[in-house]
Amino acid sequence: MTAVSTATAEELTAAAPARFWDRQRRLGVGVAAIGLLATVLFGALAPSETARFTLSEDAAGAALSINGQVGAIAFGVIALGAGAVLLAGLARRYQTGVLSLGILAFVLSFLCWQVAGKFLPLVDTVSGTLELAVPLILGALAGVLGERSGVVNVAIEGQFLMGAFGAALVGTMATSVWAGVLSAAVGGVLIAAILAVLAIRYLVDQVVVGIVLNLLALGVTGFLYERLMQPDAQSYNQPPKMPEWHIPGLADIPVIGPVLFDTNALVWLALILVFAIHFGLTRTRWGLRTRAVGEHPTAADTVGIRVRGLRYLNVLLGGVIAGAGGAYFTLVATGSFNKNMTSGAGFIALAALIFGRWTPFGALGAALFFGFAQKLATYLSAVGSPVPSQFLNMLPYLATIVAVAGLVGRVRAPAADGQPYIKS
Amino acid sequence: MTTDGPVGAPKIADETAADSATDAAAPGPVGAKPAHDEPGDGDTLLNRFLQNLWAANTVTVTVLSVVLALVIGAIFIIVSDPDVLSTFGYLTARPSDAFDASWTVVSDAYADLFKGAIVDPATITAWANGTGTWRQVFFPISETLTYAAPLVFTGLSVALAFRGGLFNIGGQGQAVVGTITAAMAGFFLPLPPVIHLIAALAAGLLGGALWGFVPGILKARTGAHEVIVTIMLNYTANLFLGWLILQKGVQQPGRSDAISKTVDGDAQLTSFGGELRANLGILLAVLATAVVAWLLNRSAFGFELRAVGANPPAARTAGISVARTYTLLMVTAGGLAGLGGATQVLGTAHALTPQVAGNIGFDGLLVALLGRNRPWGTLLAAILFGALRAGGNRMQSFSGISLELVTVLQALIVIFIAAPALVKAIFHLRAARSARLGASMAKGW
Repeated sequence: MTAVSTATAEELTAAAPARFWDRQRRLGVGVAAIGLLATVLFGALAPSETARFTLSEDAAGAALSINGQVGAIAFGVIALGAGAVLLAGLARRYQTGVLSLGILAFVLSFLCWQVAGKFLPLVDTVSGTLELAVPLILGALAGVLGERSGVVNVAIEGQFLMGAFGAALVGTMATSVWAGVLSAAVGGVLIAAILAVLAIRYLVDQVVVGIVLNLLALGVTGFLYERLMQPDAQSYNQPPKMPEWHIPGLADIPVIGPVLFDTNALVWLALILVFAIHFGLTRTRWGLRTRAVGEHPTAADTVGIRVRGLRYLNVLLGGVIAGAGGAYFTLVATGSFNKNMTSGAGFIALAALIFGRWTPFGALGAALFFGFAQKLATYLSAVGSPVPSQFLNMLPYLATIVAVAGLVGRVRAPAADGQPYIKS
Repeated sequence: MTTDGPVGAPKIADETAADSATDAAAPGPVGAKPAHDEPGDGDTLLNRFLQNLWAANTVTVTVLSVVLALVIGAIFIIVSDPDVLSTFGYLTARPSDAFDASWTVVSDAYADLFKGAIVDPATITAWANGTGTWRQVFFPISETLTYAAPLVFTGLSVALAFRGGLFNIGGQGQAVVGTITAAMAGFFLPLPPVIHLIAALAAGLLGGALWGFVPGILKARTGAHEVIVTIMLNYTANLFLGWLILQKGVQQPGRSDAISKTVDGDAQLTSFGGELRANLGILLAVLATAVVAWLLNRSAFGFELRAVGANPPAARTAGISVARTYTLLMVTAGGLAGLGGATQVLGTAHALTPQVAGNIGFDGLLVALLGRNRPWGTLLAAILFGALRAGGNRMQSFSGISLELVTVLQALIVIFIAAPALVKAIFHLRAARSARLGASMAKGW
């Protein structure tokens, strides 16, 4: 096997020496700029009316109230201050904290402007965020499994679609939610299996396979939808909805209770898997081997790890998880399958995976952030905000571009990600 | 052409083999292969030709990929037809029923696919009898070329970037931005006829180029992987289009749904009139193919981009600016995809809708792969895809087979093309003498 060039354009264009405008200062400028924007623009636009953040799913009950204009300006100033601190120079360990504070203050300033004179139900927002994040978390975890062992998975969208389709079809025919979830996993595995065989055995470019598999899944589900489900929705496309489980006692805790303990099984599955995969990757033999195979397959092979076998296993496991994520669309969100119903969610999951730096908890955080942006977009268009929902929906994509461009921290993929292993 | 006779013979054997596989509803290794399996002693041209025919060369693999895809598509048709499936219920009692029913449904579907894509014999007889017009005869071809034109541009965009070592998944986004700028120029600029069309096309090119510039400059400056950036930009462009259409001044007056004003007549690509929708776009596409072929093989920039694509460090050592090449390459690729979008909106759609660009960007990716990243190959592949799409329309309305089957066929063809080793194994092909296959550029993120 000839040596594969892994040089990026960055290495080829001369690396700049340490300079004054390092990462932290550039970040500081950015945060200060958005702080200034918030203070001046949001502060000026916000009406001087009360913004109520109710601790329930509607307007009733206790609420955190603040004057919209005061809030917008105050939080804007906080963001500005965070930017100034970063710009002035700061010990490295506080950097992330201050950065988060700045961004959070910016978001709050924005909210004060938008909610002024209205109310924002916090519980509804948080649980909506979590629900929207569930498929993203599961999809991104599927990506984590594949990519940490060196197989790029761009086919998350296809796995979602097959999962959603399988869940609707089998769920209806067996009139069982759990049969639906199971067959969703099978649907995901089908796509994963093709991906695995073509990428690992036939050494096809993994991004190519992923893109083509997305189209294949789109075609297959669309074809079967028109042939089976459309003529006879009753017997093929009316799966039972996933039940919400109410845990007595725990569900009565304010805010957290209704969000975490009065919800469906997929939410729990997603959260548990985040912890399980994090533990698996960092603390178990399987995890060590997975990371070794993803970073340096030749070395892993030398010490007796079956590179291809492990990759097959991880990609198929990923298929199970992403397929289950697809079940969300038919069993939780809508209650029936529709053509191309995932409409790019798989790519947001991919973005969450990259934005979360290929780690389970990073993926969780990114998925929650993206889920929040989506939830906020629906809220804003519901209350008739002047901010177009399309721009909020762009946020995940733009944030990912900023992240990969290294403007905010550097993201680095596993070294052997996407490279087939050829035993020599 | 002394080899004409023998060419026909194995081809026919080939097709019957595929047909029998279709009948049995299972693709499998084709057993009886003509006697040209053992290498001949005489090194005649004929012998060598026969030897190569069943080897894993580009042409054989492409043809077999299409055949395989059609076979799998046939299985889909049979499995999803309840009437045919019911005949399989008593397969052991009367197998002929099941095979006849399967054969009928599949052959009808594929006959419609052919009639809708190339020519319907009925229209020729009608024309000869004087009951039909020549336009009806050329209607299928016109449809094929109409669908092919934008795909040529997006395919060339992907192919060109590929040759420079970049994977442009952003064809979709670049095409969407191209439709936006071209359409805006089409209904905002008050220009005289010809100039207006040129201005609108140029606007589409510039829009796409701008959308290609972003991943290019980010790749060159920061090393951000172009696959990630372009995927994200695709969806950004779509959302932007969705927002823009609903704005005052852009939206069609008197409409509340998402549709823009119509492009001025003198900015539209002239079509052949009547029911023939094929327009100047396809001629532009051929022209673009020639330009890209020249650019790639004859120009200094083409040489640089191929050098960078083959080995970036070596190219840099040779004095080529890798960063500049990447940026310029993505700008060019983006411009091509933008032209594809412009062809779509100026040629057939005439107004912006959320789905105006359809799937031309992603299809362009498949077209480039099928065309082996060569300009003229891409043109042929785009025409094949256009034919599938045009035939698919007829198949949907005449045989009731969903158009989605075409998406399945296209995806399957490209899967087999991308994995020639798979095709080789299925058909027991001999290794090709000049193996140019499997040149995947797996390099990950």
